[in-house]
Amino acid sequence: MTLREAIVGKYYSVRRINGQGPLKRRIMDMGITKGSEIYIRKVAPLGDPVQINIRNYELSIRRDDAELIEIEEIVK
Amino acid sequence: MSYTIALAGNPNSGKTTLFNALTGSHQYVGNWPGVTVEKKTGEYKKDTSIFFTDLPGIYSLSPYTLEEVVSRDYLLNEKPDAIINVVDASNIERNLYLTTQLLELGIPTVLALNMMDVVRKNKDRIDVAKLERDLGCKIVEISALKNENIDTLVNEAVRLSQKPAQLSFSEGVENFLSEIETMVPGLKSNPANRFLVVKLFELDSKIMDHYQLDKGEREKLQAIADRADAMYDDDTEGIITDERYTNITAIVGGAVKKGQTGLSTSDKIDKIVTNRFLALPIFIAIMTCIYYIAIGVVGGPVTDWVNDSLFGGVISESATAFLEGMAVAPWLVSLIVDGIIGGVGGVLGFLPIIATLFLLISILEDVGYMARIAFILDKIFRRFGLSGKSFIPILIGTGCSVPGIIGTRTIENDNDRRMTIAVAAFMPCGAKTEIIAMFAAVLGGAFWYGPLWYFGGIVAVIITGIMLKKTKRFHGDPAPFVMELPQYHFPSIVNCLKATWTRCKAFIVKAGTVILLCTVAIWVLQNISVHGEFVSWESDSVDSLLSFIGKKIAWIFAPLGFGEWKAAVATVLGLVAKEVVVGTYGVVAGLGEVGADDPGLVPLIQQNFNTVSILAFMFFNQLTIPCFAAMGAIRSEMNDNKWFLFTVGYQIAFSYTIALMIYQFGRVLVLNQPATVWTGIAFVILIGYIYFLFRPNKYKDLRTVQVRSVKE
Repeated sequence: MTLREAIVGKYYSVRRINGQGPLKRRIMDMGITKGSEIYIRKVAPLGDPVQINIRNYELSIRRDDAELIEIEEIVK
Repeated sequence: MSYTIALAGNPNSGKTTLFNALTGSHQYVGNWPGVTVEKKTGEYKKDTSIFFTDLPGIYSLSPYTLEEVVSRDYLLNEKPDAIINVVDASNIERNLYLTTQLLELGIPTVLALNMMDVVRKNKDRIDVAKLERDLGCKIVEISALKNENIDTLVNEAVRLSQKPAQLSFSEGVENFLSEIETMVPGLKSNPANRFLVVKLFELDSKIMDHYQLDKGEREKLQAIADRADAMYDDDTEGIITDERYTNITAIVGGAVKKGQTGLSTSDKIDKIVTNRFLALPIFIAIMTCIYYIAIGVVGGPVTDWVNDSLFGGVISESATAFLEGMAVAPWLVSLIVDGIIGGVGGVLGFLPIIATLFLLISILEDVGYMARIAFILDKIFRRFGLSGKSFIPILIGTGCSVPGIIGTRTIENDNDRRMTIAVAAFMPCGAKTEIIAMFAAVLGGAFWYGPLWYFGGIVAVIITGIMLKKTKRFHGDPAPFVMELPQYHFPSIVNCLKATWTRCKAFIVKAGTVILLCTVAIWVLQNISVHGEFVSWESDSVDSLLSFIGKKIAWIFAPLGFGEWKAAVATVLGLVAKEVVVGTYGVVAGLGEVGADDPGLVPLIQQNFNTVSILAFMFFNQLTIPCFAAMGAIRSEMNDNKWFLFTVGYQIAFSYTIALMIYQFGRVLVLNQPATVWTGIAFVILIGYIYFLFRPNKYKDLRTVQVRSVKE
């Protein structure tokens, strides 16, 4: 699945970042790399973007961009 | 001998606060990512032979955003003597990612561990000695805000002379890197060789161009990258980023112990402030408050006092008395009192409103709310070809367009940024509110009158966004919207006041330069006749140069309903600065120097305007090119003549056609006057707008992103 389909309040592990060039680079620079853990904090009032916690800080990411991030759920 | 130290670090890590503490200068600080958009240099307070360069906040040294390129070019080409890498200790993992890149530049580097107070409050523990060993560079714990340990930091940076140690990548990657190192001549001897090798492995085109690699060498690099790609199932940029973070995770895991888990105070605040249901009402309440305070509480009374009592009364009267006492020629008294004091004073009268607005916005920024606004509003703005980050420049633009336009630098996507620059000036700025006030008395105090201009500005932004985003010009590479949401903190009064002062300074400078020159020019034009004689301005019967020119150009505005030459002159001069519109109109109409609420204006306007032409006049002035200062800002921010001319051309065409439609349709529909050729032209224009608004967007689904196949 991708980060687009993630559910608020759950934890996920990043499996892969698709895309290339600036788009992918920027996502990875922010710390979303293979194996990193993502907590889905909340969704903006209008449904987009999504607020996630990664590497102990808060990041907001649009659903369209989140689609490039493949994840799998971690059960805690 | 001078010594230069570069301050580098992530956005919002406290670099500018540190820079202010070091240099005592008035740099602009806020609590949202990306406040510093240019590098700034300052002298050390305690030793003038030490210079600091404050680089824009960056997450990486890749060549993709403006800030990254500015920082990277500076570090590679200007070769500072040392780097102070400011690291937000409360967000250490992501901050160290940039550190791993900076360490590769071969420049002596000290790591300033900032915001340790937050770390302590969260009961986290950082083993600094271990971190220092693992990273191979000197670390100093500081608090930039509280001025702690700053001198130690500078002493360390000056004392350092050796290159920092390098972190190694995995064996496979190291092999590829050494292959590249032997391939490119001159690379080994370059002090930044480690950085350059990694960038060549990532196929960074700017570095390849720098080394003037020929086709064969580029192909070799590509072959290496392809081999790495096959081995790691990722492109080389991805491999390097992954390995950097793997290193950091290991280092941080050993040196940092998390204290309390669960929600911090900031998270708890955020739970309410950006709550699904409460976020928008809270946002609207905050904005309403800001406008009520700036325009209602401070604006009215203080501005009236400054305009009427200070500049209109005390200063002009005493200046007149003083100059007459000195037996100065009457024309010079007129130039100084009516021209300069009247013109410049009229502008400075707006300073209280603008200063209040800027102060309140600075507080929002410092607290950390600005990033939340972008988060809340992104979805709305995206529909109009803008991003959530566009809100901030547009909001600042309601004070003054110039800082608003400069503030667009934080928007990563070039198209979003250009679009925001183009629309930021549609909002009524401080100067335009004066034009609004001029007609307020004529139209009566209808409740819709004030909000109409803000609403009109927003509609103009939306229309422009929808039309332009469907054009080829605004279709480009997509950039992701990933934005850090910083922790809330209490606003620092010093930072907020400094930010307010920096922004007000730009406004005051404008009053002292562009507007000063402009008022002198108007005075000269209206007091010199076409025969080259000095004439004392009384009414439009005098053959002054100004009325001569005005009558020549008045026809341009006739279809908009204000072809009467006084309004035409005021409008044209308003292209230089909107502040002069009201003053000019009063002066050329023979009323002398007037404020927007001068009772003499009412009958005059009623004689020359009707309700419809007032609306046309005001919308034209609100939507057209704002002023010379803003045009200068657009030119420098677009950094491209074609884009600059496009923007200016668009603003002129847009404002002219909108005003034309308002006047022509209003004339027929409201005033029941017969239709003319111009009504027909306005109708054709309307159909054109409808087409551009509703035509399908053929670039809509085009994302230049290739999704690679997944290998299991």
